[in-house]
Amino acid sequence: MSTPVIEVRNLVKNYPKLRAVDGISFAIKPGSCFGLLGPNGAGKSTTIEMIEGIKSQTSGEILFAGTPMDKDFKQLAGIQFQSTALQDFLTVEENLKLFASFYRTQTNLQTLIKDCDLGGFLDRDASKLSGGQRQRLLLALALVHDPQVIFLDEPTTGLDPHARRQFWDLINKIKAAKKTVILTTHYMEEAYRLCDEIAIMSEGKIIAQGSPDELLAKHFGDSIIELPLSDIGDYKPFETYYFHEDRVEILSKNLTESLKRLLHAGINLDRLKIRSRTLEDLFLELMQSPRD
Amino acid sequence: MLKRLFTLIHSRNLEFFRDRSSLGWNLIMPFFLVFALALAFYGDGKPLFKVAVYHPSGQMDEQLHPFLGLKHIEFYATDDFQGTIGKVARHQVDLLLNLNPDQQHKERGYWINLDSPNGYMLEQLLQGIDHSLKRHDTENHPIRYIDWVVPGVIGMNIMFGALFGVGFVIVRYRKSGYLKRLNATPLKPVEFILAQLLSRLIIVVFLAAVIFVVSHWILGFAMNGSYFDLLVVTILGSLSMIAMSLIVTARVGSEELAGGLLNLLSWPMMLLSGVWFSLEGSHPILQWLAQLLPLTHMLDAVRAITIDGEGLSDLLQPMAILSVMTLLFIALGSYFFKWSDR
Repeated sequence: MSTPVIEVRNLVKNYPKLRAVDGISFAIKPGSCFGLLGPNGAGKSTTIEMIEGIKSQTSGEILFAGTPMDKDFKQLAGIQFQSTALQDFLTVEENLKLFASFYRTQTNLQTLIKDCDLGGFLDRDASKLSGGQRQRLLLALALVHDPQVIFLDEPTTGLDPHARRQFWDLINKIKAAKKTVILTTHYMEEAYRLCDEIAIMSEGKIIAQGSPDELLAKHFGDSIIELPLSDIGDYKPFETYYFHEDRVEILSKNLTESLKRLLHAGINLDRLKIRSRTLEDLFLELMQSPRD
Repeated sequence: MLKRLFTLIHSRNLEFFRDRSSLGWNLIMPFFLVFALALAFYGDGKPLFKVAVYHPSGQMDEQLHPFLGLKHIEFYATDDFQGTIGKVARHQVDLLLNLNPDQQHKERGYWINLDSPNGYMLEQLLQGIDHSLKRHDTENHPIRYIDWVVPGVIGMNIMFGALFGVGFVIVRYRKSGYLKRLNATPLKPVEFILAQLLSRLIIVVFLAAVIFVVSHWILGFAMNGSYFDLLVVTILGSLSMIAMSLIVTARVGSEELAGGLLNLLSWPMMLLSGVWFSLEGSHPILQWLAQLLPLTHMLDAVRAITIDGEGLSDLLQPMAILSVMTLLFIALGSYFFKWSDR
């Protein structure tokens, strides 16, 4: 097994009245995309910022390629914060050149501009970009020195669906170049599509970890049948079910049997929907479960 | 409507009173100004004229000379005869009275700047009391008030540009998260600070040079020294004041607090560094405080060049003080610097 590119051991961060990160450990494989998920205040950003070297840990170890992290790590890491103000009155190109000057190595700017699709607005003041253009510029700034590890903190928050999908394509390009990506996001679909492994945090601890499919298989062995409330009438499903405002969700471990029962009860199935469990279901279930 | 109005007033008040740094500043600054101004102008009222008296006894009453019994004139004893003649020439002192006939300056008499309205008024008063005193002109060319005050005003402009131009920008960078983004790069605090310092230096010195040249062309005030020497002294003074603002804003994340702290530096310099008037004869504590301010040393050196035509070799002391201040402020600014206010 290859040495993890980043390994975190018993990481703790205390604030005067709060333990923000409570003894977490995980390892990230080279060239993978690792997702850190959790509700607001779970400790994701604090964890990421300790790995990035922006915050110091109270205790615990952070290893890069098997050795303790040092200041040189900043030369090898590319970072995109959720929202970053840039210097006023600088164009996109000037921002790229400014950030490139901070590093010993630089990537080919023309290739970066093409990959991040910045060519159409290189001369524009960075403060006048749209949300999607701005996020692509911030990603380019994170990649300007050809880093080995890229941290993306909620990179698609606030983007429209089209811009989000464009951004996912960019991240897939980064993954294809065998770079390691560490992603925090509130969008479960994003995590499912991009991440090879995820860790779900709550109250400073990791409460679930694994590949998205492994986690879904481990926590759920069922599918969801959705029917409008008006179609189900007085029928009480045999399986576990949840009533919502306008629909009922039936958790089925055997779809054939469940559908036979519904047909037998004379339920109209024209508007029936069947869907697999998603990371969002898992996330909500974990957040609702009582914890030690 | 009234309910909405009162709720808005209440919420704004809560915001103000819960921002401890801003509240503290709003309480401290008025007290500071009141006490500073009271110290500067202590006594029964601001005297109209300033008279230096040269006499070994240090006696300062009408028994020594009836002129000293006049009210609303600030009399102070001096033992630096030649130096005080220079100050009369520079409008820092309105009149020098020599009541010490036994020493090397044997001639009793008084010295005024013939271009000074205050000197003229004092002369009329003095002649009305004692005809026997002989008038002497300052040995140097008489200096107009404009010659003295214009370098002060340009220096004050440099001071504001240095303090506020850098200070507010850094606080804005910190508040917007730009500094946090820079912290994620290999950039070191000292590199960032030096870049801010040198960038501002270029702007401040360029603007000062333009203002100096244009106003010299229009007003024709004295410029008896070398432009190169003036540039060197201006650069040293500007550097020290920019570096000073970097200490203040090393950690601050609130624009209100930064504004307050920068005012806390700029007001004393405006009052004590000799921009508008000389501190000659004022309270010794104020004179001591003035020596701690970089603008004082810059203006002393600038006026020595523009008015007296002195060169850099004559100005080693103020240049050394400004250099030490700059290095000290950069070291402290780098040490206390924080990328983020959290």
